[in-house]
Amino acid sequence: MTVQEAKVLDYETPPPRRVNYTAFVVEYLGLVLALVGLIVIFGLRSRSFFSPATFRTIANQIPATVIVAVGMTYVLIIAGIDLSVGSVLALSGAVLGVLMKEYHLSLFVAMAAALGTGLLCGLVNGIVSVRWRLPSFIVTLGMLEIARGLAHMVTESRTQYIGSAVGVIAATSLAGLSLPFIIAILTALLGQLVLSCTVFGRYMVAIGTNEEAVRLSGVDPRPVKIAVFAIVGVLCAVAAIIDTSRLESAAPNAGAGLELQVIAATVIGGTSLMGGRGSVIRSLFGVMIIAVLGAGLATLGARDETKRVVTGCVIVAAVILDYYRHRLGRSSR
Amino acid sequence: MLKHTTLPMPPPLLQLRLLSKAYPGVRALAEISLDLLPGEVHALVGENGAGKSTLGRIVCGLTHSDSGQMLLRGQPYSPASRPDARRLGVGMVMQELNLIPTLTVAENVFLSRMPRRLGFIDYATINSQTRQILHMLGLVDIEPDRMIASLGVGQQQMVEIADVLSRKCDVLILDEPTAALTGRETDLLFKQIRRLKSEGVAIVYISHRMEEIKRIADRITVLRDGKWIATHQAAGISIDEVIRLMVGRELGEASSRKRTPGPVALRVENLRRGNVVRDVSFQVHRGEILGFAGLMGSGRTETMRLIFAADRRDAGHVYLHGSSTPARIRSPRDAVRAGIALLTEDRKQQGLLLPMPIRANITLPKMSAVAPVAGWISGGKERTAAHRYARVLSVRARSTEQSVVELSGGNQQKVIVARWLYRDCDILIFDEPTRGIDVGAKFEIYHLLSDLAEQGKAIVVVSSDLQELMAISDRIAVMSAGRLAAIFPRGQWTQDSIMAAALSGYRAAAV
Repeated sequence: MTVQEAKVLDYETPPPRRVNYTAFVVEYLGLVLALVGLIVIFGLRSRSFFSPATFRTIANQIPATVIVAVGMTYVLIIAGIDLSVGSVLALSGAVLGVLMKEYHLSLFVAMAAALGTGLLCGLVNGIVSVRWRLPSFIVTLGMLEIARGLAHMVTESRTQYIGSAVGVIAATSLAGLSLPFIIAILTALLGQLVLSCTVFGRYMVAIGTNEEAVRLSGVDPRPVKIAVFAIVGVLCAVAAIIDTSRLESAAPNAGAGLELQVIAATVIGGTSLMGGRGSVIRSLFGVMIIAVLGAGLATLGARDETKRVVTGCVIVAAVILDYYRHRLGRSSR
Repeated sequence: MLKHTTLPMPPPLLQLRLLSKAYPGVRALAEISLDLLPGEVHALVGENGAGKSTLGRIVCGLTHSDSGQMLLRGQPYSPASRPDARRLGVGMVMQELNLIPTLTVAENVFLSRMPRRLGFIDYATINSQTRQILHMLGLVDIEPDRMIASLGVGQQQMVEIADVLSRKCDVLILDEPTAALTGRETDLLFKQIRRLKSEGVAIVYISHRMEEIKRIADRITVLRDGKWIATHQAAGISIDEVIRLMVGRELGEASSRKRTPGPVALRVENLRRGNVVRDVSFQVHRGEILGFAGLMGSGRTETMRLIFAADRRDAGHVYLHGSSTPARIRSPRDAVRAGIALLTEDRKQQGLLLPMPIRANITLPKMSAVAPVAGWISGGKERTAAHRYARVLSVRARSTEQSVVELSGGNQQKVIVARWLYRDCDILIFDEPTRGIDVGAKFEIYHLLSDLAEQGKAIVVVSSDLQELMAISDRIAVMSAGRLAAIFPRGQWTQDSIMAAALSGYRAAAV
């Protein structure tokens, strides 16, 4: 017998409600420190960092990315990947824009259509990869092209300027926070709750850990996987609605490269590409770190190419740090 | 090469001194000392988990001992890796196949030493040299440019053996080399072993097969629970004595209590899948343990997977609890709903969620019971349920929050049993339940199986350990070449009759 299991479970006392503070600290401390550190460094180095303009840049960028990142976290947890998020976002936005501008439909009908579009794309991703057991990497790579092409077809490759009819969403604010920001935070909180407190969330983690074991436990993993891709599709549409509202227009090129940005954010948040491990709240931090980094470097006058080099380094550094965090987390348990 | 063949007592080629090795949860080796003489075939026997393979792995550089030392030709020897050991003249044929299925036979044989011509692989050379190597072993029917995946398991094993034999070595370790071989292939292998022996090579022969050991071995060393038990001249000891040394205690005690089986719980009729499972029919009663014996690849695991609908069946029906209409079982989900549980042979790959806590591993098949409201898990309910079933099986752990990966093999197995008891399954199919589990824990599992049967569960146990089956089963079904060759009730079997039945299908095929 090894030392760690020499003690037989104490069967007399009822199982305690365990709040593992050590694990909690290991889980979030690093990310919070990184974020605060970045803010402090940029604040000290650049006088313009704490300006409304910087804040606006970050606040504008965050909501859509966070919402998509919630979905991406889910897909990565089930050991899949979704490369089509940027294109699906563009297609959903395009549908929204064209319906409102060309067909003069109401915001609500157009929104429903946009959400439906996202859902459909997600379902196709999920069903195709599950039915034919194809790697989601390939299937969603196909969808990346398909949805992008469709977005151009729907808009005839022209940016659709809609105007204030769609702007109300981004313009609304509650208690000083914009509606998109609130939606993003709520999505992240709900996303985390579903992940850690529901049967669906447990199935996701279990499937990412060992899909065959799940199947042989009498739980069919296929509906869960399809649902996850469908959720990502819908979340892309939500992000599309928010972005379209903020810009009061829908561009066929919207969200280009978003997939890599979101994957980077989730990975910085410690989600494993191998599946079975990830946290929505940590992805939220990942998004914020990337946003602060980008905005901060901009206030320092860094050029775009410099920003990309630095962001790339941060991604790699984050994964290396996560490797050690994971080991630490395991040994402290 | 050393030339000691004529000396009466040559100095040992390889000396092992007090080797110890521990893995998390298991003491694999405890202070093993052994001398290996040139030109001898030294059989290493012991139950699964006795430490034979670990010893082999240390000698051939795949792993390191925690303490102790080795001397090769009198010089200190501690290989850093397998290639390092090979350079020093120590080769090993592994129990698991180490071939790359998508490459050809020749590419596999020459993988680490590809002859190149202008940077391109010189296929003419490797194919002709591989053919020579294969012919030397008498394997005239294997073409060097065949893809490994297209060969049968036995042929693959022979290729692996050919690969190792093609390199000069002074010490050769063969770990269960014949597990997948036919009788003819085994004869070819033994011919080579005799040749190597005459050249002064020292051979460690790890096997479960007593007849082979009696045929080929000069000396026999018995290991048990990682400890050295005895070394005997093969000529001076009977198989029975060896087995007694291996087992160390009487297995018969595990289920001496006579059970009275209840009504039929599971009836299987004409189950078929390709030529792997051919028309298998049998039934199990409540309160009964039905053992499944047979050689590796005889279709036992496959039969169990068909019952559970983990694989698609070509034909056949499953009837439950005396029903005359076949049960509709088309997926593992259906099977579990019908109360059938399959405890797979490969716990880590097909059973456990290793990094997840014991709690999550237990509640997986029936989350609804701990998530009463709209799919939201009740933490309290889940902890209580997991705790209760971990307790029933006395899983040894700090708490049910501990990761399963940190548990020993025996405790991992208990976690899976806990899962199925929690799911309330009453037909339990165990595939190799004690594989990779140390002997102490094995007995706990035997008692557990016996208790479960007494509670009225119907139990099927597939095992390659005949002693184990004979100790715990009420009846033993024997499979051979995909068919059910015989079913023996308790008291009417002997080791010989079971073995004969297990071989019957292959004899027929060979003629």
